[in-house]
Amino acid sequence: MEILVCVKRVPDTSENEIELNETGNDISRDDLVYSINEPDNYAVEEALQITAKVGGSVTVATVGSEEDEEVLRREMAMGASHGVLICDEAFGGSDGRGIAAILNAFVQKRHYDLILTGVQADDGAAQVGGMLAAMLDYPYASLVTWIEVLPDKKLKISREIEGGNREVSEIDLPCVLSIQTGINEPRYVGMRGIRAVASVPVPSLGAAELGLNVASVGACAAKVTRLDYFVPALGQGAEILQGTREENIDKILELLEAKGGLR
Amino acid sequence: MSQILVYLTHKNGAVDDCALELAAVARKIDPAGAPIAILSGIGSQLHDACKSLSGAFSEVWKVANQALSHPNAEVVRKALVKIVPANSIVLMAHDHFGIDLAPGLSVNLNAAFVSDILDVEVLDSSCLKVARQEFGGQFSAHVRCDVSSGAVITVRPGAFRATETAPVQGTIVEKTIEVGELTARRRYVETIEPEAGDVDITKQNILVSVGRGIQEQDNIHMAEELAEALEAAVSCSRPVVDAKWLPKSRQVGSSGKTVKPKLYLACGISGASQHLAGIKGSFLIAINKNAKAPIFQVADVGIVDDILEFLPELTNKVRETHAVSSK
Repeated sequence: MEILVCVKRVPDTSENEIELNETGNDISRDDLVYSINEPDNYAVEEALQITAKVGGSVTVATVGSEEDEEVLRREMAMGASHGVLICDEAFGGSDGRGIAAILNAFVQKRHYDLILTGVQADDGAAQVGGMLAAMLDYPYASLVTWIEVLPDKKLKISREIEGGNREVSEIDLPCVLSIQTGINEPRYVGMRGIRAVASVPVPSLGAAELGLNVASVGACAAKVTRLDYFVPALGQGAEILQGTREENIDKILELLEAKGGLR
Repeated sequence: MSQILVYLTHKNGAVDDCALELAAVARKIDPAGAPIAILSGIGSQLHDACKSLSGAFSEVWKVANQALSHPNAEVVRKALVKIVPANSIVLMAHDHFGIDLAPGLSVNLNAAFVSDILDVEVLDSSCLKVARQEFGGQFSAHVRCDVSSGAVITVRPGAFRATETAPVQGTIVEKTIEVGELTARRRYVETIEPEAGDVDITKQNILVSVGRGIQEQDNIHMAEELAEALEAAVSCSRPVVDAKWLPKSRQVGSSGKTVKPKLYLACGISGASQHLAGIKGSFLIAINKNAKAPIFQVADVGIVDDILEFLPELTNKVRETHAVSSK
C-alpha cells in the first residue's frame, strides 16, 4: 500500500511559553522551539505499522519553507521512505483551502492508496484532510483511532465520537483519514536515526513542478485571513494564591473541606 | 446578508442541545434574517426531531433517506450540496460530526471555511470577523472571513448563549426528493461503548486529575497517593491516556467522561477546551507551573507551582491532618 502522510512543523507548546509579539499580530517567533505536529507523528507511525503488515511505502510531505525539511527528516528517520518539501513563495499566506489545493495538485501527479493527516495542527482548524478528500473526491473520515486493512481495497476503521464511544465503519480505498492522538505509540527517534537519513535527498517542488495555477493559492486566493492574536478572557480568571507553598497547601486543605466535603 | 442554514444532528427524536445556540449565532450575523434548520435521517425519529424545531425556526428542511439511518458525514455532505442555495452560510456544531462534515462541504460549495468559532461580528455585507482559539487555547485569534461566495462555519458548543425568542409557526419542508439517491463509500458498522473501568470517575466527590505536567508514568503514583489520602479518585486529560499511563476510563473531556465532582483538582493540566467540556459545575482548583496555562482562566483558585513537588507535600499534609483510620 502506498501511503502519503501530510505533516506540519509547529511551535512546540510543551517546550515553549508562547508569547505575543509587540504588535499582537503574531506570536513571538524568536527562539521558538519547533517540532512535528503531534497528531501528524501518530499518523506517520500508523502508516509505518500498516506498511509493515501489508507492504508498500510511506511518503511524508509538507507545504512550507526550507526550515520545515527538519520535520520531514525526523519522520524519515522513523521509517518513511520518501520526504517531499512542497515549497514556493507563491504559497505564502494560503488559508486551509489553499494548503489543501496545493496538496491536491501534488497527489494528482501520483497515486496513493491512503492519505493520512493529523486530526488538527497548531491552529486547531481540523480542515485540510477533509478539504483534500473533497477535492480528490475520495471518501474521508476524521478522528480515526484504529485502522485494519481488509481485502478488496477497503479498511475497517474506528472514529472517536462522544463519551468515549467508538464508531466503526468500513471505508473504500483510496481514502483520506485524519488521525487522532493515542492511536498507537510512536517510535522513538534518536540522533543516530536522523544522521542515517541526512544524505537522503528531499526533493523540493514548487508551483511549476506541480502544474499549479498560483492564482488559486496564496494570500490572494485566501478567503480566510488572521487579523491578530489576543489573550483570551474566558470567565473571571482564577484567584491565584500568592503565598508560600506551605500556605498554599493549607489553603487547599481548607477548600478541600469547604468545597469538596473532605472530613 | 446571505441566507443562513443550520445543520443539526439528532438522536432518538431529540435534536442536539446546541440548536438554539446556533440559532443565536445566525441572529447575531443577521438579526433580520430567518435561518433555516436542516435535519437528515429516516423514519419517525427524524419527523419528531423536525417537529420539535418548528417553534424555533420558520423553516425546517427535512431530508429522509435510508442511507442516513446512521449519521454519515459523507452522505450528508452529498445531500447538502444538492439543496443548499448558492452563497449561503451554513452553521453547525464543532463536534465529531461537524469535524467530519464541514471542511469537505466547504470545498463542494466553493465557500469559505472557518471552524470552532467562539464569537462573531459582521464587518460588512461580505465579511465576518470571528474569534477562535489556537495553540490549545493559549491564544485567541480574530479571523476575517470573506462570505461573499458563502461560508461553512463550525461553532464551539457552549460558546454562544441560547436566547429565548418569540415562538414561530415553522413549516417542515420536504427536501427528500430534491436530494435523490445517496450512496456511501464509508459504511457504518457499529458503535462500541468504552470498557468500564475499575473506578467510576463520574461518581466522586473529589477528583485528583493529572495532565501532561505529570511528565512520566513513574510519577502517576503521586496523584494516586493523594487521591487515596483524600478517599478520592484519579482522573486525567487526554495526553495521559494517549501515553497509556492511565486507562481511557479515567479520561475527562468531550471524548472521555463528563464529570461533576464537588471539587476538581487539575494538576499539570493546560486546560484545552475539549477537556474543560467534560467538567460540569465543580469547584475547580488548578496547579500548573505555567502561569499562562489557559486552565487559570476558568479555574476558581490557581496555584503556580510544580506539581511534582507540590503533590507529595500536599499528600503528607492531608495524611497528617485527616488520618483515614480516625473515621
